[in-house]
Amino acid sequence: MSLPDAQGHYDRFGGKYVPEALYAALAQLESEFELALVDDGFWSELDGLRRDYSGRPTPITAVPRFSAHAGNAEIVLKREDLNHTGSHKINNVLGQALLTRRMGKTRVIAETGAGQHGVATATAAALLGMECRVYMGKVDTDRQALNVARMQLLGAEVIAVESGSQTLKDAMNEAMREWVATVDTTHYLIGTVAGPAPFPRIVKEFQRVISTEARAQLLDRYGRLPDIVAACVGGGSNAMGSFADFIDDPGVRLCGFEAGGDGVETGRHAASITGGSVGVLHGTRTYILQDEDGQTVDSHSISAGLDYPGVGPEHAWLAATGRAAYEPVTDVEAMDALRLLCRTEGILPAIESAHALAGALRLGRTLAETDPGAHPLVLVCLSGRGDKDVDTAIRWFGLTGEADATKGGRGDE
Amino acid sequence: MSDDPGISGLALQTARDEDRAALVGYLSAGYPDLATSVSAMTALCRPGDGPGVDLVEVGLPYSDPMMDGVAIQRAGGTALARGFRTRDVFGIVSAIAATGTPAVVMTYWNLVDRYGVDAFSRDLANAGGAGLITPDLVPDEADEWMAASDAHGLDRIFLVSPSSTDERIVTTTASCRGWVYATSVMGVTGTRTRTSSAAPALVARIRELAPQTLVGVGLGVSDGAQAASVAGYADAVIVGSALIKTLLAAEDAGRPADLAALRAVVADLAAGVRSAH
Repeated sequence: MSLPDAQGHYDRFGGKYVPEALYAALAQLESEFELALVDDGFWSELDGLRRDYSGRPTPITAVPRFSAHAGNAEIVLKREDLNHTGSHKINNVLGQALLTRRMGKTRVIAETGAGQHGVATATAAALLGMECRVYMGKVDTDRQALNVARMQLLGAEVIAVESGSQTLKDAMNEAMREWVATVDTTHYLIGTVAGPAPFPRIVKEFQRVISTEARAQLLDRYGRLPDIVAACVGGGSNAMGSFADFIDDPGVRLCGFEAGGDGVETGRHAASITGGSVGVLHGTRTYILQDEDGQTVDSHSISAGLDYPGVGPEHAWLAATGRAAYEPVTDVEAMDALRLLCRTEGILPAIESAHALAGALRLGRTLAETDPGAHPLVLVCLSGRGDKDVDTAIRWFGLTGEADATKGGRGDE
Repeated sequence: MSDDPGISGLALQTARDEDRAALVGYLSAGYPDLATSVSAMTALCRPGDGPGVDLVEVGLPYSDPMMDGVAIQRAGGTALARGFRTRDVFGIVSAIAATGTPAVVMTYWNLVDRYGVDAFSRDLANAGGAGLITPDLVPDEADEWMAASDAHGLDRIFLVSPSSTDERIVTTTASCRGWVYATSVMGVTGTRTRTSSAAPALVARIRELAPQTLVGVGLGVSDGAQAASVAGYADAVIVGSALIKTLLAAEDAGRPADLAALRAVVADLAAGVRSAH
């Protein structure tokens, strides 16, 4: 049976747990998406934007000096960081923005955590001449002021959400509240493979380009499929895009790395699959972080983009069936991997992506012990670049932002 | 809708027999605290010498109340911060039922899902509760709830909205037992200075598509005059934020247990539903 089913279920996960007021809009979105899927004109416009605007295809990059720290593994990065706006988020946003226009709507709203999806949405809205409003938790507008300004430069209105825990989940609540009232003119451009059906499926299809390209690039360069595909998982859009075209290749291991924060055992983490339980949040049934009563528990991660107490329902299903494996990566492991990639390869990854890098290092080292003769080819999705994370890195590594020495002043005399 | 009006539908039917609309009052369980919350809920039923609400809607506080505006968000969030637990709702329902006025619980689905759909239904029925209003559960996802509500004799109040298709109005009302909740505006809960013109149009569509269905209209009603206007075309007028606001104001004034303003608003609303013809 092909999943999701007609109601958007992945076995016991997924579905539409939404107010009736949104049902018509979701139905409209679904039927427009079905039409677009088989419309050559839609795909040729999207492919054109991907090529000429976003800069696709993104390359794959072998990282031998980094791989030297990963046992016998040969790590290859899929460079989503080289997309316009600096992450994979633009893949989904361009697709949904074109859908928005097809539906005759002139305005988009979005939620954002770190600001990457908000920036991407503001970008697409500017490109297509649409109004844009972005909801962002107050905690996040405070810690990501640069991205707030970027969105404003692009013409978007940014709303700081002060309800609840003032983070990504509350931004999503507020966007849903607005959408109920503005659904006639406005599309809610959800940034990940979560939320009610049909969003998980739509976002997966628009992110599929990551694995479609990478699969062909690896076959071309290495003459074989990867042994392992690794990606970080918050809501899970870059991971789903990275997995999509490999799901039917049984020889390819799929590994998702969740934000382990201070460690899952501490309770301060964002690892919904590893450390959560099945429930309903934001319109879908999936693994979530919740207390004994089903109240959502706040997530914790150094990475604002992974700081979400749920995960896309298809990931929940892939985990439950064992087709993909999910493990937590702590803040410490991620930041170590971030620095290692900088020093060995000259690439500053987003902290989100550093979780996938850390996971790949751990996998490579483990395999070197359990299967010393193997030389696994590991594809890691480098979902975004780390420019936005320099402030966090300064604090984490205790950098002062001051020069190492001075030259040419009176001190030289 | 089944021919059985259910316990809560009977309250609407009784009002209709008196040639008026029923009044449904919503408060957040556990706000400002558990004991005061019980007093406030029972005050809805008997605000003074005159009549009160015909049905109490007990809101279960939730961390992510997607359909609620700021007043209910604040009340529910405060209740949770003060230690409210899902299981506390059954005592509140019992206290209301003891007054002779029926009670339904309004809840986001994850709380029931987590408690166990059948277990929650059993405990609610044992407490004397009439049923559930489920703002984020559409009948399409409600197989387990349909079975549990049948097993325990509980009412199922689903929502319809101005954006619902005719087909969905037919199937949703058919899934209800008791009555259907018509959301009068496209938006979240909260008082509004004017009720929407979409409301009478929606009710008219329901009357045509599902003539046997009792219809409650909610979202936005804040005083007796607005209640009278809605009572002119609906079987029940649902009021929430306007009641909650009296409790929030009382807390802000340093008198969280003072229910005088709440009683006054309820009396005004109860007079309102009796003045429309």
